[in-house]
Amino acid sequence: MSVDLSVNIGGGLTLANPFIAASGCFGYGVEYAGVVDLGALGAVAVKGLFLDEREGHPPERIVETPSGMLNAIGLQGIGVRRFVAEKLPRLRECGAVVIVNICGSSIEEYAEVARILDGAEGVAAIELNISCPNIEKGGMMFGSSLRGTHDVVAAVRRVTRLPLIPKLTPNVTDVASFAVAARDAGADAVSLVNTFLAMAIDVETRRPRLSNVVGGLSGPAIRPIAVRMVHECRQAVSLPLIGMGGIMNAEDALEFIIAGATAVQVGTANFVDPFIWKKLLAGLTGYLRRHGLAGLTDVIGSLELPARNAPCA
Amino acid sequence: MPVDVDAVVLSNARLSPDYNVLALAAPDIAIRAKPGQFVMVKPGRGDHPLLRRPFSVFEVLRDTGGVTGLSLLNKRIGVTTRTLFGLEPGAAVRCLGPLGRPFSPAAPPERAWMVAGGVGLAPFHGLAAALRARGVESTLFYGARSAGELFRLDAFRRLGVRLALATDDGSRGDHGRVTLPLERALRRLDPAVPLRLYACGPTPMMRAVTNLADAHGRRTEVSLEQVMGCGLGGCYSCVVPIRRGGEAPRFVRSCLDGPVFDGGTVVWDGLGAG
Repeated sequence: MSVDLSVNIGGGLTLANPFIAASGCFGYGVEYAGVVDLGALGAVAVKGLFLDEREGHPPERIVETPSGMLNAIGLQGIGVRRFVAEKLPRLRECGAVVIVNICGSSIEEYAEVARILDGAEGVAAIELNISCPNIEKGGMMFGSSLRGTHDVVAAVRRVTRLPLIPKLTPNVTDVASFAVAARDAGADAVSLVNTFLAMAIDVETRRPRLSNVVGGLSGPAIRPIAVRMVHECRQAVSLPLIGMGGIMNAEDALEFIIAGATAVQVGTANFVDPFIWKKLLAGLTGYLRRHGLAGLTDVIGSLELPARNAPCA
Repeated sequence: MPVDVDAVVLSNARLSPDYNVLALAAPDIAIRAKPGQFVMVKPGRGDHPLLRRPFSVFEVLRDTGGVTGLSLLNKRIGVTTRTLFGLEPGAAVRCLGPLGRPFSPAAPPERAWMVAGGVGLAPFHGLAAALRARGVESTLFYGARSAGELFRLDAFRRLGVRLALATDDGSRGDHGRVTLPLERALRRLDPAVPLRLYACGPTPMMRAVTNLADAHGRRTEVSLEQVMGCGLGGCYSCVVPIRRGGEAPRFVRSCLDGPVFDGGTVVWDGLGAG
């Protein structure tokens, strides 16, 4: 029995399978062209791009923590124009479905980056990074205010018809209200979660382990919180959700999908195992077969909530 | 193209209370590995530690049938290296490689001087073998804490490598830094003799070697050890500040552009204390 892993993530974009390489964890995709078949992934979300080149933070940029890692890369990047000129042609050759993650220090910069991508060949969707915890201006500054979220999404919506996917930060009290704000401003989907703002200290030197002092926590350590946040967003909005946070195997991905994610992103796990994609696909296919399901759409949002009876009341 | 294998531990030779040489059945990696390249290693499948760690390929192992695997020179420091120290034959280690930009081996009449500090010996066994195959006259300057931590000297001698040793406690060779015998040798060598240096060890050592060599008009290739997330260019965590030509320094990834760099291009103040 063949199973259908394809998913529609909004804005008319259908992916052959739900597995997307997470932005910031897969370079510009081309680095992996000799390791994996980029065309076999659902999509590739490339490293966040500003209008211009950025050098990022000095080392140390990562530190490992229990079942996770902190990073403060600082969005080192080549800028959107060099990306379009140097990386996009190769990604097209590889048959990759390319989601470009974009950043800005101002709303105008987000719109300008989006405008450039709108005119480029081979961009399937734009992911709006309003959630990077590691930069002073931009990123989470917009994504941690409902007004900022709305304004960035609305401004980019005005300049492009490409599918628009704001990436939400978990560093807020009520993530679902941000999904609502993104939807109202014209988003086609939302992806969540970016990393959790966190810190680690070397007690011998009494110094922070990261040069940026604080960084973003990713990996299995955050997965249960991320699943809860996808669940909350699913209750609040009907637009497609792209879930992520510490997915290490197909079963982890299924938690997000059952909670309501249409697709998932895999980041930290790719560092541990660059060949993970085939295993994820095999695991998901095996699950659908085992449960006698024809397609993944039968699983999305299929969470069975317990009846709310209270025997001890 | 790198390969990822579940490599079986063939042997674990404990050289001292802190150092061991772990032999892994990873012939597919070993056969492709060039001197100076590295592998990303993870013992066990759990989430702690989560990430792989980078290791230089120490030896390419051979028997009469050909290449059988590779070995790692390991020093017990953190959680992964403690695990690697304790492994017994038969255990499996995930091993991805070979990765990174290798050394460029000298060719006669150029001479090769390798400068190693502590566990920084690791990439030089492979380099020494390549240099011997090319007929290059080579010397190993090797510094350690004490005589008991100067390892595998016979193996280097068998490869025709001259040895110049130094120990922190003076128990063997020069009493002090490895740069002591290196500086003497640099002074003594006729400037007309072509020479290339290679350094691997603590960052301050590699910086000192680069500067010393530069003062004598010599180039040094350094093998830097940065904290790495993936080893494949995906995470941008292993960057080092490199200045090429007259340009401003740029952060480049040591997994792709390194780990071997021209020491003269490294902006040493921008690196950690190593």
